[in-house]
Amino acid sequence: MQKEAAIREPLILGHKTYHDVTEDVCRPIEDKAPKMWYILFGIALVIGLYGVGSIMYLLGTGIGVWGLNKTIGWAWDITNFVWWVGIGHAGTLISAVLLLFRQKWRMAINRSAEAMTIFAVFMAGTFPLIHMGRLWVGYWVMPIPNQFGSLWVNFNSPLLWDVFAISTYLSVSLVFWYIGLIPDFATIRDRAKKPLAKKMYSILSFGWSGRAKHWNRFELVSLVLAGLATPLVFSVHSIVSFDFATSVIPGWHTTIFPPYFVAGAVFSGFAMVQTLLLIMRKAMGLEAYIHTKHVEYMNIVIMVTGSIVGTAYITELFISWYSGVEYESYAFINRATGPYWWAYWSMMTCNVVSPQLMWFRPLRRSLLFTFFISIVVNIGMWFERYVIIVTSIHRDYIPAAWSMHFPSHIDIAVYIGTIGLFFVFFLLFARFFPVLALNEVKTILKGSGQSYKESPDYHKHH
Amino acid sequence: MSDKVLYVMYDDDEVLKNSAKQLVAKGVKINEVFSPFPIHGIDPIIGVKNTRLGIMAFLYGLTGLTLATVGMRYFMIVDWPMNIGGKPNFSYLDNMLAFVPISFEFTVMCAAHGMAITYLLRNKTLPGMPAQNPDPRTTDDKFVMEIRMSENHNVTEAELDGMLQEIGYLELDKKEIK
Repeated sequence: MQKEAAIREPLILGHKTYHDVTEDVCRPIEDKAPKMWYILFGIALVIGLYGVGSIMYLLGTGIGVWGLNKTIGWAWDITNFVWWVGIGHAGTLISAVLLLFRQKWRMAINRSAEAMTIFAVFMAGTFPLIHMGRLWVGYWVMPIPNQFGSLWVNFNSPLLWDVFAISTYLSVSLVFWYIGLIPDFATIRDRAKKPLAKKMYSILSFGWSGRAKHWNRFELVSLVLAGLATPLVFSVHSIVSFDFATSVIPGWHTTIFPPYFVAGAVFSGFAMVQTLLLIMRKAMGLEAYIHTKHVEYMNIVIMVTGSIVGTAYITELFISWYSGVEYESYAFINRATGPYWWAYWSMMTCNVVSPQLMWFRPLRRSLLFTFFISIVVNIGMWFERYVIIVTSIHRDYIPAAWSMHFPSHIDIAVYIGTIGLFFVFFLLFARFFPVLALNEVKTILKGSGQSYKESPDYHKHH
Repeated sequence: MSDKVLYVMYDDDEVLKNSAKQLVAKGVKINEVFSPFPIHGIDPIIGVKNTRLGIMAFLYGLTGLTLATVGMRYFMIVDWPMNIGGKPNFSYLDNMLAFVPISFEFTVMCAAHGMAITYLLRNKTLPGMPAQNPDPRTTDDKFVMEIRMSENHNVTEAELDGMLQEIGYLELDKKEIK
């Protein structure tokens, strides 16, 4: 058994047995859904369908329905793409990086964080696909023999690297998530009473039986997948940042982009995890497994990554002056004092000031305050991408071409629609899937459970 | 040939591990252990060898790296060398830097999916496979050892019963398998 200091706060509160863990996680799945679930699902579905309708309209009409113009060729579409990919970074970071660092608190949150990751990357993937306009020729991004002579996609282009990075990240995260889900589906299968549920969970659990050899393989596969996914997490957002950093646009052509984007991604991803989990733990009665200590740990991650992001903003600003390039300097002066000053200062307030409040212990242990900050951070991170993208290009080298970006109705509808769809997926997940890695949590019950830590036996043995 | 199988149930992983140790010391072969989560340290006791899936992952990764290198060399250098800003693609090595991201991504993709598929096939855990655990509670909070009489010729059933009485268990289930 893993040894852990007795003075460390227990990760599982209350006097739980193995069976209690199963009961607590399976009950919300087996019971009838509460009325609130139907209300939220209904709202999310309506918003999501509105987004789908807008996407159909966009595909039928062309991307001229967006508020883009000759100067600003990239705006809300890529802002939303980067925002969603960033959010999609927390799940795999929690399950892979924290697994390698043997952080046991990850076990209570990794399942739902990974689900969030996968749904967020789905939403992110929508934007590059629909911005092609002609979605039906989307397969052209693949290097396949074609009727255009020996014409291949350009492997020198960061946009193509992105295709490979996002598809690898999405599919590997999905596999990692599902391999962890199989034993938990087996638990639900073996408890299911209704024939339809039994049949469904039987298919989903792949006939898992919990043999010793299978567990041996399971542990190794989890470890190797974590080892593979860790550099993958860092590579994905680095490559997203290359979309900008390899260009020659002042404000984009910045060498600190890769680490700065990765830190920002983790920052926004953890904020989204906090937003979702603070509601979920309450709604599903999981307060014993996801409690103040978990929230505090996540707030510390938000504080650290937020500080990296803040440092990056200031470094950028300094370098723009220090470089002595007037175009570079102007890009940043224009951000802070030009027509988009409000976006820049919203970003600064939300991303630089707010995470610093987490230095105060009572604040980072306050659930209400955490919920508030998590929303603030997500708003701030959306503005960060908007500032980087739009303010860098709206005033280029020729003043006659200067322009402003105004989002069209479709711009807004597609964005809001993806938020709706995201919640549709997440609510379905919370209803039918085990939201906690219940069998993994059982392995830390004896090492980190409250009743075991308080028992006289625990102090004797450790 | 019919075979008699004993399913010995416990409600704690540590207790099962201690019992297994004692039985193995007395020359009993334990064929299988079913548990809701991995019992650390059970594998050497019941003679389960470490998996070699890690080696497979490395080989799949190597395959991915090779495919990416061969593919990109063909597309970008051999078949359609592009001249970008007067810097043509003459050799793979000269242009290697631009190919690092995709080489990495494709390596990871092949290693992860290759290993995952091998894992599912070797476990025979696939969609539609029936559950094989002897008791539905083994995915909840019970731990079961499976002992096959056909692979335990040096002990009789009565002797084994005696040993189990001495060591202790929660439930004992005997089944005839044809």
